[in-house]
Amino acid sequence: MSETLARTPLFALHVELGGRIVPFAGWEMPVQYTGIIEEHMAVRKTAGLFDVSHMGEARVRGRDAAAFLDRIMTNEMSTIRIGMARYTVMCQPDGGCVDDLIVYRLGESEFLICLNASNAPKDIAWMRSLIGTAQVEVIDECAAWAQLAIQGPVAEKILSEITAAPLATIKRFGFLVGEVAGEAGCIISRTGYTGSPGFEVYLPAASADKVARALLAAGKPHGLVPAGLGARDSLRLEANYPLYGHEISERISPIQAGLAWTVKFAKPEFVGREALRRQVEGGPSSSVVLFSLDDRRIARQGAVVFAGETAVGEVLSGTLSPVINKPIGTALIAAGHAHSTELTVDIRGNRIPLRVANEAFVK
Amino acid sequence: MSNVPADLLYTKDHEWIKVAADGTATIGITDHAQAALGDVTFVDLPKVGATFNHGDVFGTVESVKAASDLYSPVSVEILAANADLNNSPDLVNREPYGSAWMIKVKVKNPAELAGLLDAAGYSAIL
Repeated sequence: MSETLARTPLFALHVELGGRIVPFAGWEMPVQYTGIIEEHMAVRKTAGLFDVSHMGEARVRGRDAAAFLDRIMTNEMSTIRIGMARYTVMCQPDGGCVDDLIVYRLGESEFLICLNASNAPKDIAWMRSLIGTAQVEVIDECAAWAQLAIQGPVAEKILSEITAAPLATIKRFGFLVGEVAGEAGCIISRTGYTGSPGFEVYLPAASADKVARALLAAGKPHGLVPAGLGARDSLRLEANYPLYGHEISERISPIQAGLAWTVKFAKPEFVGREALRRQVEGGPSSSVVLFSLDDRRIARQGAVVFAGETAVGEVLSGTLSPVINKPIGTALIAAGHAHSTELTVDIRGNRIPLRVANEAFVK
Repeated sequence: MSNVPADLLYTKDHEWIKVAADGTATIGITDHAQAALGDVTFVDLPKVGATFNHGDVFGTVESVKAASDLYSPVSVEILAANADLNNSPDLVNREPYGSAWMIKVKVKNPAELAGLLDAAGYSAIL
């Protein structure tokens, strides 16, 4: 009950901006400022600024760093070029997910890894437990970094007003290290978790307040608004991006989650390889689908999915999509039913037809 | 600060009730409730003629983040449900005491009204 919650360097700014503060993954974070739908649509049409400083960071460095990461991650790490980042999953031997991560290659033998907030201590302990005789160290840098995400069609224009860094040269999943609002040592990365274009900026914790205020001031004439975790969740679900603890978890593998593209069986060895190989060959026992409802009720986490009168799955995430103005969500569905056209979901005793979507609701 | 009109009665579950001289009443949720819910996306209301005892769940109000039950402030029979909320649930955020009224009812036992909060009593629990 009396768990101590952490605060990001921007806590005072959130309060000043009227953010509604809620506990999230051990942190006191703003869930919204003016309203989730308004903040969501700002990201789709203009831009939103998110404090994502609760996310964790670990630096992995040493002679064997690339080979070590190849061995503990499902995706290929040694082929990432310096200045580029790659999305990957880190699996248990049974194929369940320890976490999903973005790995930035800073140098030949130096990487920075972005960790989910609630998983950061577990991830760092897990990585260290797998070092063995490798010449590599895993350094906890969670406290050193703050993170801002500026997302939306005008994000690049706004960011360009407070940095001289050549943003146009940064490819998708590329990054560079530069100065933002006069603060040195920032990692400017063309990545995001919204399905809209934009950047994530890793910055020294002490620089966060100054940079965030500079972005808000530069962005105001362009329609930039501060956006909270509520909009972050509805945006990522509309874009069909997984959230740890929902679409992927210790019991839902990347194969089940539709993330087979992140699993590189061409690598001779990595943690989870055999279990994941068996899932691919035999077909997973269940898989994650994206859906929408032709209704106004939202199917929320835990709602039961039926094929006829048989329970065949459960909802993992649910929200209202402001873009299509319908409830959307994801569900874990037993093998053989994932493409059924006769699925329904139980919402407070009502059976609502569930329409499986073949692609994200935004491109 | 939340708006708490002086001429209404309230429950600790954040419903308001406006009692008319003829023994009917109008019920909705408070400004504090709509702010706590955030963007309202759906309001599920009962059919005309349904009856509810004091404290029964008579409907659901759903926002982007959560679904919340609506509790009958007193024992009632439903005379009307606000059909405008089907197409414009966001009225609950904009005019919680006005166009976003939820149900009009007949109060079955007027003595139960004595158990409700007045504006000062409700303001004190916010």
